[in-house]
Amino acid sequence: MTTTAHIKAVVMGGSAGSIASLITIVRELPAAFEPSVFLTVHVPPSEKRNVLVDVLRSHCDIAIGEAEDKQPIQPGTLYVAPSDYHLLVESSGVLSLSSDEPVLFSRPSIDVLFESAADAYGEALVGIVLSGASSDGAHGSRAIQDAGGAVMVEDPLSAYASVMPLATLNACPGARVGSPGQIATYLKHL
Amino acid sequence: MTDKIEELEITLLLEALYQRFHYDFRSYSKASIKRRLRQLRERLGYRNFSAMLEGLLHDAAIFPQVISYLTVQVSEMFRDPSYFRALREHVVPHLRTYPSLKVWIAGCSSGEEFYSLAILFREEGLEQKTMFYATDINPGALEAASAGVYNLDRIRGFTENHQQSGGRSSLSDYYTTAYGKASFDRTLRDRVVFSDHSLVTDAVFGEMHLISCRNVLIYFDSALQDRTLKLFSDSLIRKGFLGLGSKESLRFSSESGSFLDYVQGERIYQKRDL
Repeated sequence: MTTTAHIKAVVMGGSAGSIASLITIVRELPAAFEPSVFLTVHVPPSEKRNVLVDVLRSHCDIAIGEAEDKQPIQPGTLYVAPSDYHLLVESSGVLSLSSDEPVLFSRPSIDVLFESAADAYGEALVGIVLSGASSDGAHGSRAIQDAGGAVMVEDPLSAYASVMPLATLNACPGARVGSPGQIATYLKHL
Repeated sequence: MTDKIEELEITLLLEALYQRFHYDFRSYSKASIKRRLRQLRERLGYRNFSAMLEGLLHDAAIFPQVISYLTVQVSEMFRDPSYFRALREHVVPHLRTYPSLKVWIAGCSSGEEFYSLAILFREEGLEQKTMFYATDINPGALEAASAGVYNLDRIRGFTENHQQSGGRSSLSDYYTTAYGKASFDRTLRDRVVFSDHSLVTDAVFGEMHLISCRNVLIYFDSALQDRTLKLFSDSLIRKGFLGLGSKESLRFSSESGSFLDYVQGERIYQKRDL
């Protein structure tokens, strides 16, 4: 993996059944992990604060918080999309939120995050698609691949819901495939 | 590098919208505006942004579609009910002490926020001494706002929100239904001016007691957010109130010193008494 030495950011997307996989992954990220990490998980819009932040915080060594509008992006930090808003990455090095209509019935949308990150980071980006029952993430993963970045999906054979990893594999036939443990190992060695 | 070319094309397109049509999106959040422009390009069937630029400049039918697509926002009545509850419980008691009130809904879109506030003010007995200003840059949205007609399938959500906001009446008191639409009581519009106003290029137009501007600032870059917040600060009376969207804060703004966090967690701020 000599080409991944310059990775600056990781985007992750998940939906139904992805929380256990996420915990497995973030638990493995060392405190000295350098890339910035952005995460969109489909959550009900009624949540005032995204409780996922608290759940993941207790399992991870890197800094974590709910993404805020125009927040400057720091390395080694995990930013979680708030409920009922899309999360986007700006080329200028800050985050943006948007209240645009849901995409594929989802707000936040994984595609919206991935496409904006592909624009901002180009080949210095890795996209991870976890368990889920929609095709959100497939378009965005394709955008990452087209911009020269890498894509890895949770193994559809062992994922709780295989629709999302399969849709991404369809859009990106060259994507890596692995268990949550293997995804963690891959990220640790970026 | 096609990315660099697309970047340049988008810059030119935004420059054309400004120089030819006086709509200034140059300081909008790039990621969001880019996303909308890409969707619009696909919808209009242009192979790239240069072709779209030609259409914009030489085909009179294109501009209205561009402007309407770039500026459209969909909201709900009483979106984030806890915000309206906080207004009722913490801001209304202060507003009662004034002989007359001016309220500005900045970026009113198709009017959901205005009708929510008009109903809240009627319930709280403030309506008769209040003048509302509801502004937007989208002419279609302003038309929809002054019509006050919404699809019936949205009313259930509006009603739930209204109840959770501490509504003292039934939302159905304020609309009549026909042909799958709910038409809001015209007397709610007796005390409102709907007007074209750009937060990017226009100035202060009155002294406000309350400004509600929700989910608008997130579409601006940091510099334009600061300009807008300065405009709000200049437009508010001493100790006037500013309400923002549930994920908008003054935390990263150079204007944060002009406001106090008035209702923690509800994004309701009060202009400092300097």
